Amino acid sequence: MSFIWMVVRVIVVFAVGMTFVPILIWMERKVVAGFQVRVGPNRVGPWGMAQPLADAVKLMMKEDITPAGADKYLYYLAPILSIVPASLALAVIPAGPTPWARITDLDHSLLYSLALSSVSVYAVTLAGWSSNNKYSLMGGLRSSAQMISYELGMGLSIIALLMLTQTLSLRQIVEQQHMYGWNIFRAPTVFIAFIVYMICGIAETNRAPFDLAEAESELVAGFHTEYSSFKFAIFFMSEYVNMVIVSALATTLFFGGWSGPGVSYPIDATGHLQIDPTLIPMALLGIVYFLIKVFFFLFLYMWLRATLPRLRYDQLMNFGWKTLVPVSLANIFIMGIYLAVHNGWFTS
Amino acid sequence: MKLVPAIVKGMGRTLKHAIGTTFGDESITVSYPEQEKPRPRRFRGRHILNRYENGLEKCIGCSLCAAACPADAIWVEAAENDPQNRVSPGERYAARYEINMLRCIFCGYCEEACPTGAVQLGYDYKLIDEEGRQHNWQDRDDFIFTKEMMLVDPGKGKPDPLSEALDERLKQNPNHDRVW
Repeated sequence: MSFIWMVVRVIVVFAVGMTFVPILIWMERKVVAGFQVRVGPNRVGPWGMAQPLADAVKLMMKEDITPAGADKYLYYLAPILSIVPASLALAVIPAGPTPWARITDLDHSLLYSLALSSVSVYAVTLAGWSSNNKYSLMGGLRSSAQMISYELGMGLSIIALLMLTQTLSLRQIVEQQHMYGWNIFRAPTVFIAFIVYMICGIAETNRAPFDLAEAESELVAGFHTEYSSFKFAIFFMSEYVNMVIVSALATTLFFGGWSGPGVSYPIDATGHLQIDPTLIPMALLGIVYFLIKVFFFLFLYMWLRATLPRLRYDQLMNFGWKTLVPVSLANIFIMGIYLAVHNGWFTS
Repeated sequence: MKLVPAIVKGMGRTLKHAIGTTFGDESITVSYPEQEKPRPRRFRGRHILNRYENGLEKCIGCSLCAAACPADAIWVEAAENDPQNRVSPGERYAARYEINMLRCIFCGYCEEACPTGAVQLGYDYKLIDEEGRQHNWQDRDDFIFTKEMMLVDPGKGKPDPLSEALDERLKQNPNHDRVW
């Protein structure tokens, strides 16, 4: 019985993740249109809402091309490698307070999601390599260098946060924030960690202004130049799912996840939250808060995309290694001092 | 570090425009075919053949337009006017006046060459589905516009861009030049 329950939850969370994709495609097209003083799609369905459906049908009708000289095995593997880690990372996101709002609760779920985000580097690199196209190869090389560099900054920025939370479990991180307030307000250095995390998250998902791997104007879409039809759609989907994951992690780590006014659970004697799974409306309210926060960050993604020009490659590397890494290292140090002062280690 | 205020300023600027577009009327989109852009007075669209006020055709079949045409798109066949049943006030009139719309480059040289102001490039750019010109549009021959397709009623032609009368009408009705 519990196995069936598990399967149902996997299907539901996967379906929700995939449902984000058409919503985001529509939202991105509308939001970017607004930023560019245009109207955006408005012919298919109300406010053009059926446009992603039309796009999907168009993509599936297209011819599925494998270029001559492509490394066929890797060429087919790359899109799978990009969508699978993206979907797996959704499993640990605590979308709501109750157990049914997440698939699984690992003790090290943050580490797990970071590990999965590293795997998606392989997808981009292999896609660029296996296409037998020099632009794709350049895109793949750029993205492997970029993602490895920015992963470092991201990991270091999260370490500063972990010193505060003392746990890697996303569930516990949210419950702490429910009790003590959002992490972003708990210590001054967390804000710096958040900025670094968000910049690295955008770079990790290869989005503008860090979309060096795609770089339409220089590399003709980079690593997915040669991909067409559904394989291209899969790359597209995983990009959006990765955006959702980065936004969901930002919400969970810094902005209190599902916590918000109206969602309140008692704290028991041992200092843990007593979450009553029978309070369905409260849990749903928590999910709504979570979604609002996630969509704010998704909007931020589009806002940045519509505003900032793409960085040059050397600027990107300089920024990653000479700014973000030292800043997050210093942030860890400052966080240590802050915690020492805060916990009274110097006075006792 | 001085990048940070620049980025913040830029983000604020784009957000302002996004809000103005989404909730205001800042959008520059013209939702064709519901809305159309106003065409300038000297717009060069589909050709028209003008008539005088009394209904006679202005064209006298002189073929100067055909001679001026750089794309060799115009074919004029002149015929003598019957004094009892005049088509044009001159000696001759255009028995056939055809413009091959696949060749025409809408340069307006025919209009400049015309001694009587008969041929003008009008304001119509919807060559396919405008009323009264139901066409097959399958053959090359379908794109040869005949005299009957281009002739307009007296006074319905393209206004002289420099005429004061037009300026007067514009003063009375500012929307007059939005859709001709």
